[in-house]
Amino acid sequence: MDFNMIMKLAGLGLLVGVIVIVLELTDRKDIAKLTVIAAVVVALYIVVQAVADLFSHVRSVFQIY
Amino acid sequence: MEIWQIVGIALVVSVISVVLKQFRPEIALQLTILTGTIIFTLIIDKIKIIVDLLQNLADQANISSYYLIIVLKIVGVAYLAEFGADICRDAGENALATKIEIAAKVGVLVLAIPIIVAILESVMRLLP
Repeated sequence: MDFNMIMKLAGLGLLVGVIVIVLELTDRKDIAKLTVIAAVVVALYIVVQAVADLFSHVRSVFQIY
Repeated sequence: MEIWQIVGIALVVSVISVVLKQFRPEIALQLTILTGTIIFTLIIDKIKIIVDLLQNLADQANISSYYLIIVLKIVGVAYLAEFGADICRDAGENALATKIEIAAKVGVLVLAIPIIVAILESVMRLLP
């Protein structure tokens, strides 16, 4: 579960990099930019979930409320 | 989670991050954040064992758990601030990292007020 999330994000990054290179080679720069933004949003969604999980763990262990 | 697994994850992510940084630096940064988060999530169970041990010792020594909880809170605040500041510094936002550290120092000071007051009160009692 945990390591899968890292691999998912790494795969997303590599895939989007390749897609953007192909789109820019075929002169679709606007779509390439939108793809980058979408990838950043999806990555941020995964990261924010993990960070929220971490914060709730830290709050419960160190008893910060 | 054992140490070799964490080292393995960190090494694999470092290699991927070097590759990713060349053409997608924003996702490389997010990968680093996610990895740091997950490594800490993996060791939090062991931290809980240590905290429970400290609480047991404090109970046996008849120390009020009020003070122990304050110390734990300070450790938690310091860790979270360090985590956020490191990420900001990695992303090249040194100013933001410094602000996080200032906020953490203020927060720690506010949390430490009861202890400072207790120390001052005992000093006042010692003085004639």
